[in-house]
Amino acid sequence: MKYTDLIKTASSSMLRSKLRTILTIIAIFIGAMTITLTNGIGTGIKSYINKQIGNLGATNILMVQVQQKSSRLNTNNSGPALYNPNQKVSITSFGGPGERQVLMTQSDINTIKAIPNVTSVSPRRNISPDYIAGTGKKYQVTVDQQFGTTTAQMQTGSGVNINSSSNQISLPNNYASSLGYNNNSIVGKTVSLGITNAYGQQSTVNATVTGIQEKNLVGSTVAYINAALANQLFSVQSQGLPPATVNSFATVEVEFPASLTDAQIQTLKNQLNNKGYTGQTVKDTENTIFSAINAIILVFDMFGIIALLAASFGIINTLLMSVQERTKDIGLMKALGMSPRKIFLLFSFEAVLIGFWGSIIGVFVATLIGKLINAVAKNGFLKDFPGLTLLTFPLKTILIVVIGIMVIAFLAGTLPAIKASRKDPIEALRYE
Amino acid sequence: MNQNTIIEAKNLSKVYGKNEVAFKALDNINLDIKKGESIAIVGKSGSGKSTLMHLLALLDKPSKGTVIINSKDSLLMSPSEIEKLRNKIFGFVFQQFFLNSTDTALNNVLLPLKIGKVSPKERKKRAQDAINDVELSDKINVKTMNLSGGQKQRVCIARAIVNQPDIIFADEPTGNLDSQTGKNVEDLLFKLNKDQGITLIIVTHDEDIASRCDRQVFIKDGKLINESRK
Repeated sequence: MKYTDLIKTASSSMLRSKLRTILTIIAIFIGAMTITLTNGIGTGIKSYINKQIGNLGATNILMVQVQQKSSRLNTNNSGPALYNPNQKVSITSFGGPGERQVLMTQSDINTIKAIPNVTSVSPRRNISPDYIAGTGKKYQVTVDQQFGTTTAQMQTGSGVNINSSSNQISLPNNYASSLGYNNNSIVGKTVSLGITNAYGQQSTVNATVTGIQEKNLVGSTVAYINAALANQLFSVQSQGLPPATVNSFATVEVEFPASLTDAQIQTLKNQLNNKGYTGQTVKDTENTIFSAINAIILVFDMFGIIALLAASFGIINTLLMSVQERTKDIGLMKALGMSPRKIFLLFSFEAVLIGFWGSIIGVFVATLIGKLINAVAKNGFLKDFPGLTLLTFPLKTILIVVIGIMVIAFLAGTLPAIKASRKDPIEALRYE
Repeated sequence: MNQNTIIEAKNLSKVYGKNEVAFKALDNINLDIKKGESIAIVGKSGSGKSTLMHLLALLDKPSKGTVIINSKDSLLMSPSEIEKLRNKIFGFVFQQFFLNSTDTALNNVLLPLKIGKVSPKERKKRAQDAINDVELSDKINVKTMNLSGGQKQRVCIARAIVNQPDIIFADEPTGNLDSQTGKNVEDLLFKLNKDQGITLIIVTHDEDIASRCDRQVFIKDGKLINESRK
């Protein structure tokens, strides 16, 4: 029998018991739809985050800390660690109460500066202004010094100029009206930031607004400030603090040329590691977020996979019944010269066809549902997030789902197909 | 061996089971069937006549002895050669018809050609010719479940001759038919035998149809007991 005839025969025998076939296809369909939808959400969110990576910070920056040894998770019993007079330590609650964190000083900065490909090293300082004020009331604000070149998407105006000597700030997009302006009119205006020193005295620092950031899901509530503003705010904030406290940092920002390849960045990280530091780029942060998303998607995928597993038993059952019912047909075809291999293929194709139709319908319906949800979301809860398509279905994913399910169906079909191919024509023809 | 011999059974034995429970279905059968001959294998049920037909048609393997077809020993043939042989030079007519009842007469008839990889156009033409030969052209697109017993058996015969076989094996071809329809089917089979020279091997317990054959061989308890000629 030719392959086209095998497929046609498998198709028509699939339709011989329509209800049974349709029920089996529905089981496959549910699995295919679930997997397509969950992956659609995963892909949509990941591609959005990828587009918004600029909002997480510059891509040519490594956030560097001293490699920390946990004092709480002590796994060796060799006694307490030796005191190191060159290490400055603070107690943080970051890794649990009483966790020791080794801090960095100017000598660390000098060490890091000596590493090839390091353009600049700036300490990352915690700057906590009390408020921001425009023409009226005062509002709370979180600021973050911008390092390197970012691709943060702006709604109006532009990002801060890190090299400018004047104080600059870019604001999250819900600040303009509160400060007495709108998103366009606020650009170029001066706002004042209140900040308190160690003695508890509050004073104000002025800054120019360079632009309003586009609303996004990551890092949306932070106002970015340039170095000039950061320096001025920090000098006010640290008035009255001992120099040793002012000049020790948990984290430094290490800038490297944006032209570095991934391999070169890795080399840089390795060199930092060798000197006792650990560095993370925005990409690494993104990967951490991605792996969290992937874990969630995987959990949802498990539902789809379980559905498919159940469905593949449905295929086995359906085909076993089909083989039983068609014992005489199989015997006749064998008597008329059909080889066992072709009989095997005939039933395998039937299984694969069930998988094919189930997955095609599943993928199709999932795409429709995705379009529907996207349309609703765009005008609803995601109205303020331009550029976010909640569900995206790349052709590659769809093909993987369809082909994967066809493979599963083929595997499920092997048992009945082998059973069919081994039928003895004489026994089969005697069968009533 | 005669030049005209198409099938020869040599010391053919078939044993089912082993040791104490062994059952000898066929015991040392020697038979020589000539090209164009019509031969009846006659015996009661359980005599071993169906087993003999299965062995001659290479549907089953003998325990001892061999079947020689067109001077070729079937024991030396590969499975695919045997499949090809059954597809190209054998035709089968069964007592229970074995038709796909939800399919049309035409589709049932062209099954052997489909298995034999004949092109769709060619097989449709040849199936139509075969259906014409059995005088069922008006029922060509009727589902076989809507046909009478005699018509069904004629579809079977059309299916048996569609690949222009050298030999037709007919297992109780009239067993499920009333005597008049049975006679029509018999006439058709013998007509094919006479006109097209197809060798006809009929397995039956019916003495009437057997007597119309050129030769009758009688089987009892797996042994050839008698042979007679018209």
